[in-house]
Amino acid sequence: MALSTEDIKKIAHLARVEVSDSDAAATLSKLTGILGLIEQMQAVNTDGIVPMSHSQDVVQRLRDDVVTKTNQREAFQKISPELGNGSKEHAVDSGLYLVPKVIE
Amino acid sequence: MEWEVVIGLETHTQLKTNTKIFSGASTTYGAEPNTQACEVSIALPGVLPVLNKEAVNCAIKFGLAVHAEIAPRSVFARKNYFYPDLPKGYQISQYELPVVGKGAVTIQVPAVGKNAAYEKVINITRAHLEEDAGKSVHGAVEGMSGIDLNRAGTPLLEIVTEPDMRSAAEAVAYAKKLHELVQWIGICDGNMQEGSFRCDVNVSVRPKGTEKLGTRREIKNLNSFKFMQQAIEYETRWQIETLEDGGTIQQATVLFNPDTGETRAMRSKEEANDYRYFPDPDLLPLEITEADKARVQAEMPELPEAMKARFENQFGLTSYDAASLTANRALADYFVAVVSAGAEAKPAANWVMGAISAKLNAEEKTLAASPVAAESLAALIKRITDNTISNNAAKQVFEAMWNGEGEVDAIIEAKGLKQVSDTGAIEAIIDEVLAANAAMVEEFKAGKEKAFNALVGQAMKASKGKANPAQVNEVLKNKLGA
Repeated sequence: MALSTEDIKKIAHLARVEVSDSDAAATLSKLTGILGLIEQMQAVNTDGIVPMSHSQDVVQRLRDDVVTKTNQREAFQKISPELGNGSKEHAVDSGLYLVPKVIE
Repeated sequence: MEWEVVIGLETHTQLKTNTKIFSGASTTYGAEPNTQACEVSIALPGVLPVLNKEAVNCAIKFGLAVHAEIAPRSVFARKNYFYPDLPKGYQISQYELPVVGKGAVTIQVPAVGKNAAYEKVINITRAHLEEDAGKSVHGAVEGMSGIDLNRAGTPLLEIVTEPDMRSAAEAVAYAKKLHELVQWIGICDGNMQEGSFRCDVNVSVRPKGTEKLGTRREIKNLNSFKFMQQAIEYETRWQIETLEDGGTIQQATVLFNPDTGETRAMRSKEEANDYRYFPDPDLLPLEITEADKARVQAEMPELPEAMKARFENQFGLTSYDAASLTANRALADYFVAVVSAGAEAKPAANWVMGAISAKLNAEEKTLAASPVAAESLAALIKRITDNTISNNAAKQVFEAMWNGEGEVDAIIEAKGLKQVSDTGAIEAIIDEVLAANAAMVEEFKAGKEKAFNALVGQAMKASKGKANPAQVNEVLKNKLGA
């Protein structure tokens, strides 16, 4: 599977990673190398082998449905991001975390 | 051209657990913002999800209730997208291997106009466990949105159907059925105002008689059955008109505006639906054994279909009555309690579906708030079947019981409603009536059948409604030689 620099830009955008035009070419060649490795693996016959969803062959342990967490809002909001634009204030108001306006 | 609408539903049901799906934070609704948002809910670096046993039990219960395959091994995946109410940048969901596989529910579609009521089987494609996102609050601070992560991590079971529904009525009947079922088995509180039960509806149209599905548009986040009906009807008309005008349908996500009754496409997000799912390395595969299923099965209540069949067989109720009584768990439990307290099943069914339901509807009360307990209703019914009071008197007693005037026998006594079944007393009354209404007696003898009923009426009136009507008929027939 051949990738283009457009693909790199698109993948970077989806992951919200900034990739400059100059970095894009280098990233393209690295990713193409990884895809080559995957292609090589795909050539192996895996008939009858259950796909692996985790590297450890154990199953999920379950937690009892009991409240164990207490309200730590104050502590968490003390380390929340600052408002920015020179303000050292935390981006919180009335218990809410503040983010730049999002309206669908 | 005749068109056919094709509908499938995706329903998010919030599971009735004490804590979140991957952490021990409380899920209680309505708490102060972010007071139930622990380090896992706000996605601090280094935290790890630990799966809630009760959320898994809820999924198993649902699987058993819709006769579905329950996956012996299912896998959690990351669904990647960016939105401020999802601080991890991904939602933990299930993708390739969901916990619940194919199942089915039977719906009752009510009669509309000339079309009779009918039953239909709706196939469930899958149901998977996932976490809910937080909530955005707009308008508190200029130019900013506020984020409350109390809801983030609340367990959801997303239930997906096949595109099996062919009208808004069928879709609403399915949604209502599912809504009752998840409450019946106790996995969801069903509170639609609080968002505990939210439906996304996929709608497409195609020329009637063709197989190929049309392009669908998805109506998001409907939280009322009325809006669902309106939204589907509007969307169907819009798609048909668009196609008939020579246009094409673009796949889109639309929102329903209750004020205008219209659906409107959301700003099409670039790269929408490119979620790049992959197995979440923080969670191991979920294993559900036969023993797990048996343990949950033992905790399951009798399901509505089974109860309906039992009501028909055991109590001789009609299919319609049995279906009405098992429409929700509270009603069914109430009916069973009335019968267990010694009332005959058929009058019990009539009273529960009749007087009780009418009162509850009129006063917008739930059964839990009924002033007439099941035992009291049973006592009333027993006084009708043992001929202590007539049906008419029973209505007065019921009214008094509803208004908190006491228990059955005390009310019958206080109001003097005891039915007269003493033959001698009834004969005396009828003799008086016959003497006072010679004209009617003549009419009857001349062949006017109606005069007989008029005489019964007079006798009932003379007894102030207390005479046993069957006995009045009997005695009157004898006296008139009829």
